[in-house]
Amino acid sequence: MARRIAVKDSEAVALAVKLANVDVIAAYPITPQTHIVEVLSQMVADGELDAEYINVESEHSAMSACVGASAAGARCFTATAGQGLALMHEILFIAAGNRLPIVMAVANRCLSPNLNIWGDQSDVMASRDCGWILVFAENAQEIFDLTLTAFRIGEDERVLLPVMVNFDGFTSTHVVEWLDLPEEEQVRKFLPAHRKAKYRLDPEHPATFGAIGFPEIQFELKRSWEHALVESKKVVKEVWEEFGRIFGRRYDLIDAYQMEDAETAFLIMGGSSGTCRAAVDKLRREGFKVGLLKLRLYRPFPKEELLEAIKNLKNLIVVDKHICFGGLGGPLFNDMRSLLYDANLNLNLTGFIAGIGGRDIRVKDFEKMVEKTVKGEVPPGKYAFMVRGDFE
Amino acid sequence: MEVEPEAKKKMAELEAMLKADWRSIPHALIIFEPATSRYYYTGTWRTFRPVTDHEKCIRCALCWVYCPEGAVRQVEDGAYEADLRYCKGCGICAAECPVKAIEMVKEE
Repeated sequence: MARRIAVKDSEAVALAVKLANVDVIAAYPITPQTHIVEVLSQMVADGELDAEYINVESEHSAMSACVGASAAGARCFTATAGQGLALMHEILFIAAGNRLPIVMAVANRCLSPNLNIWGDQSDVMASRDCGWILVFAENAQEIFDLTLTAFRIGEDERVLLPVMVNFDGFTSTHVVEWLDLPEEEQVRKFLPAHRKAKYRLDPEHPATFGAIGFPEIQFELKRSWEHALVESKKVVKEVWEEFGRIFGRRYDLIDAYQMEDAETAFLIMGGSSGTCRAAVDKLRREGFKVGLLKLRLYRPFPKEELLEAIKNLKNLIVVDKHICFGGLGGPLFNDMRSLLYDANLNLNLTGFIAGIGGRDIRVKDFEKMVEKTVKGEVPPGKYAFMVRGDFE
Repeated sequence: MEVEPEAKKKMAELEAMLKADWRSIPHALIIFEPATSRYYYTGTWRTFRPVTDHEKCIRCALCWVYCPEGAVRQVEDGAYEADLRYCKGCGICAAECPVKAIEMVKEE
């Protein structure tokens, strides 16, 4: 039976990693790191978790150590945030391109300058195109569950890709929430105690990972990697469904809230969807047919499922917590505008960039987004910055 | 240049892979056989090749030490020669040889 406990969301990640019975944890323990790895290092030191804990000298090294260990067949975990993810950037590609199923928790934090370790999604969005599976979670239970499922998804022989579990820095990582903590026995029915690595470094059977890729072959490598990522969507669905059967908590690629008769809907990822849900409730009480789509799987982008989810809407409001400098609006807004180009839907799409650098997105801010969209003050296909509660 | 039969076979395998569809390339291009890079002859674009005078060579092995490509090998009479399958013709061996036993000869 599951036990209901109160934990910080960071501790929820550590508990999931412990139950996943990882072999190697490599981490750099300084700011912007969260207490995820602090809790894990304590577990290893206390003999509660039989894993190699490698205290490395930077996040670049943390990911590099995971690459080596994962290539040797180990189940690996690391966690980072903000600048730490930026410092890993180079090795993120190495992990994914070599098809190593590393699991990483990322407490999404704003990138410098100025020195700001509060939440937004600029860290993950700067690493968006690294070829990882990217999932977003909202609260302790979802963070725990998605971390556990990440091992199953990544290690599946049809996938073999690293998985990044994203959630809000501070507003998730540093709050205490309840968590239904399953027994190890139940977890073992879902995730085997050890990873079975089909391709691995083994002195008895030498292999070379990541050799030189000349122009004659590099494109094929990247094409097959992209194919594996796109196809992983099926496995994500399958694993989340199986998780639901065993643990009783169902996860879809997109979480629909009050969508049955909705005319206007928000599309958002991560912890702000909690506030957004409160805004939807308030607007509903006032008679507005508003709903919320919380996107759980961001890469691979669930195109078909999104089109299905928005097909009856009049207005879709995309909320981004990242600025694509010099570009055409937020990253999710860009994805959606691209998706809608040939979708032949009669839908007004607006984008709002909000919550940068830990700025709160309040209920009244979500209300204002609806107002600006419905009144056409932010015209269809356009986006606006929500600075100091106002728009420009 | 003399090409080993094994290298010919490996090159044919590689050629086939380079023509193949992306779906049929080895997983993540992992190479499951050790030391296959020796079949890849990297010394095909030299301008000058080092030629050792075996009479002058004092077998000090400094050329072997200095060669940045590890392309120098000891031959039967104990003298050192560049393996032309891998030598790029940089001339470091000729410059370092204390008895000037190595001459850089222009490739035709």
